[in-house]
Amino acid sequence: MALLLAYLAVLGSLFSGALSLGANRHPALLKYGAFPLLGLAGAAAAAGGAEALRSGEVLTSHLPFGLPWLAWQVKVDALTGLFLLLIGVVTVAVSFYGPGYIREFQHGRHSLAALGGFTGLFVAGMLMVVLADDAFFFMVAWEVMSLASYFLVVFQHEQAANRRAAFLYLLMAHVGGLFILLAYGVLAAFGGGFGFEAMRGAELSLLWSSVAFGLAFLGFGMKAGLVPLHAWLPEAHPVAPSHISALMSGVMLKVAVYGFIRVVFDLIGTPHWGWGVAALLVGSASALLGVLYAMVQNDIKRLLAYSSIENVGIIFIGLGLAMVFLGSGHPTLGSLALIAALYHAFNHALFKSLLFMGAGAVLQQSHERDLERMGGLLRRMPFTGFFVLVGCISIASLPPFNGFASEWLTFQSALQGVVLENGVLRIMIPVTAAMLALTGALAAACFVKLYGVAFLGQPRGRRVRHAREADWGMGLAQGLLAVLCLGFGLFPTAVVGTLDAVPQLLFGSGLPHATAEGWLWLTPAGAEKASYSAPLLLVGIALAWGLSWLLLHPRGRRTVRCAAPWDCGFGPLTPRMQYTSTAFAQPIRRVFEPVWKVDEQVERITDKDALRVVGLRHQLQISDRAWQTLYEPAGTAVLGIARRITRLQTGNIRVYLAYSFFTLLVLLWLIS
Amino acid sequence: MVDLLSVEAWLLPLAQTLLFVTAAPLLSGWVKRVKCRLQNRRPPSLLQPYRDLAKLFGKEAVVAETASPLFRATPYMVFASTLLAASVVPLLAVHLPVAAVADVIVLVGFLALGRFFLALAGMDVGTAFGGMGASREMTISSMAEPAMLMAIFTLTMTAGSTNLSSAIEHLLAGGLVLRPSFLFALLGLMLVAIAETGRIPVDNPATHLELTMVHEAMILEYSGRHLALLEWAAQVKLMLYGVLIANIFFPWGIATTLTPEALAGAAGALALKLAVLAVAVALAETSLAKMRLFRVPQFLNLAYLLALLGMLSHVILEVGA
Repeated sequence: MALLLAYLAVLGSLFSGALSLGANRHPALLKYGAFPLLGLAGAAAAAGGAEALRSGEVLTSHLPFGLPWLAWQVKVDALTGLFLLLIGVVTVAVSFYGPGYIREFQHGRHSLAALGGFTGLFVAGMLMVVLADDAFFFMVAWEVMSLASYFLVVFQHEQAANRRAAFLYLLMAHVGGLFILLAYGVLAAFGGGFGFEAMRGAELSLLWSSVAFGLAFLGFGMKAGLVPLHAWLPEAHPVAPSHISALMSGVMLKVAVYGFIRVVFDLIGTPHWGWGVAALLVGSASALLGVLYAMVQNDIKRLLAYSSIENVGIIFIGLGLAMVFLGSGHPTLGSLALIAALYHAFNHALFKSLLFMGAGAVLQQSHERDLERMGGLLRRMPFTGFFVLVGCISIASLPPFNGFASEWLTFQSALQGVVLENGVLRIMIPVTAAMLALTGALAAACFVKLYGVAFLGQPRGRRVRHAREADWGMGLAQGLLAVLCLGFGLFPTAVVGTLDAVPQLLFGSGLPHATAEGWLWLTPAGAEKASYSAPLLLVGIALAWGLSWLLLHPRGRRTVRCAAPWDCGFGPLTPRMQYTSTAFAQPIRRVFEPVWKVDEQVERITDKDALRVVGLRHQLQISDRAWQTLYEPAGTAVLGIARRITRLQTGNIRVYLAYSFFTLLVLLWLIS
Repeated sequence: MVDLLSVEAWLLPLAQTLLFVTAAPLLSGWVKRVKCRLQNRRPPSLLQPYRDLAKLFGKEAVVAETASPLFRATPYMVFASTLLAASVVPLLAVHLPVAAVADVIVLVGFLALGRFFLALAGMDVGTAFGGMGASREMTISSMAEPAMLMAIFTLTMTAGSTNLSSAIEHLLAGGLVLRPSFLFALLGLMLVAIAETGRIPVDNPATHLELTMVHEAMILEYSGRHLALLEWAAQVKLMLYGVLIANIFFPWGIATTLTPEALAGAAGALALKLAVLAVAVALAETSLAKMRLFRVPQFLNLAYLLALLGMLSHVILEVGA
């Protein structure tokens, strides 16, 4: 059943792509044909995934494509099911959101056929990646996903910056793909086949399994946007149309996480604790740097993209903890950490998609993506404003929403680190917890900035003053995700109980205590260690709110008078007096100064006698250190090597013939 | 776990929270009184904070025209989340039935929730002061909150539980043991408490209209009952940190059984501990000058490092030893 639904989902999204090929002539085809079909495909994927996750069955099948001796193998198990569900849910939301959002492209020079076609292909590619059960099919699906998303990133190709971002994306996707291919190569060489089943049986020495791990970590980490390879992500994700940004940040990064889990926990077998240390280090660095870079962004979509790096970092902290615990022989704690990571992956898909959709609604209504010129949008777009608030609370990991539940679980698993015998690990894990705490607090600051500057206060620019509420379908999509954010926060016990199937599948150990006390209580390591009850928490909030309102709210007279805000007696306030996005982040920028490459220039403009300052010109440029430390040197090196190699290319045919001759000689000598 | 339908399961925590909330202004009044004495001023009555609250509740609330609904909801949100945070902290007795609902991470989460809304409300009206306060508050808290978590984790790792009630019980059962990690954590938590409750040298609760104000800048636009709720929430927060420090690091006297004598004894012991802590706060406020805003991060870095040191010394020295 799950397999059938998954096939239907892939076919549905492919058909949706094919159907939109006619959209240039008939835009209605995209609106009433392709997007609903994509939604159905998403629903099928979600249903299939939920079924697989619930039943815990493993279903295999193969498709009559591929190499002559290797048909494409397909498998649905609990891990696949989880990611099918994730892709499906966000795809459904996107299918509601899309018809309203593409309206602005209808009368431009943009090709709707390309948009719809590649969207379908992109979703199908992601679904196939998680369904694949052999390396060949996996890589084909991976390429479909990467290429389709490249065309979506370059969709608004009139701007040179977008083309550059898309090329960088394509390049990084392929370098990453190469590493993944090499990782599969190592596994296939020892396992004697490209099927995942053969790779599972491979007997690897620690050296070779570490090589395979390192390659997979590099490859999938590059796609997931881990520091220091992240710099492409905030370039590429924001320039795609917003519903595609939601799919890329919310879902495609999770597909990379899926690949990492599949290779490291499933194919290689029991991970070594040292790999966990690497994942913990990189994860902590990504989380902290991601949120610090997000803090100083003024472009709303770039800010969200940097925050994705932070969240992927948190997911990798969870995965690193799981590897450390598994490698040191604590499978129950390992499954706790793995569940925390998976839970956070799911949550991030929900709230990041929600936030990108909210940002897209703002972008569509005001054509403004610079926070410095926003403000007061809550009054103009009340529904979008409310849903984005839910997203901000969730991503800032505040109770009782979903971000808090997964962060709570991550903390719980980090706090169990004292059971480890290895002293270095025992020290390392509390430090990771400290990093996680710092990240969480900074994320709250970052999203106060986003919401406060964009949605509250007074409009700072002309464009947002005329913003209107977005299309109902766009509101519906955000509402759906907002409800899911609350639901996943309120019923963590059910979520953890469902996710339990994944560690059961991967290493045969689950969390027996976590749900032992009924649906109301989450007790990950036993009731005496820690417990959390989100439903009762909500009752508490309602009670506290209700009681204070009942007791303290006066009755029977006009209770609130509206007046002008206090202006210190200096005449009316103007929107320019408000704190801006840059101003809000300034104290934090000053505290964590060395993190960024900051170029700040203040110029005083004096009057003609140079006595009185009549104006100030302030310039601030904040750029990513990864560019100058990693990307630019790497680029220069590649160009330098390429230039050397071009010496071979003389343009003289006799030289080329000589090359062929000597190659032939060497080959003959080798085989003789 | 807990029989949620029994009367005690709800009544006892409710009573404890009520006591917490009603006693909080008293503590503020006491701090103010001691401070006045130290500065050779004539102190106001101990009940003055209650009178102030009553006065504010009686007044009409004036709201800025530019405010959104979020502005009016925030005082209730802040008060409710502070109330819930207070209900997580064991005040007089450990082992209350619903202590299992929320642990210490949730406590920190509630405080963060209140702060999140307060900062948003500061930015809502669109004045310069509001944004200034919000930005500073979030900067300070982004360093204070992790330090607080680290300090409390030191304790919970010792006790093997993040549940405050059972952690305190565990410490009581262990008797008086001098742990270096606790010393670090105590120092760290005290610095955090000063920063988070907006006391000198980080912020000045008595200031209005200074360019350096933090908490007051965010609530500048509030009046009437909204202001009363926020002031009250701030008082509850002060008491919360006091009780947290008193009952975690000096848990003696807290009631482990629910008899009237034990509870009365616990109340006496807690009052004594809080009174002493308040004297310490007043002494610090009298003898120290307010820091420049950009010295505050260094102050908080110290708290963070102390808390981390506490955790590391626990892991290195005390586990397995």
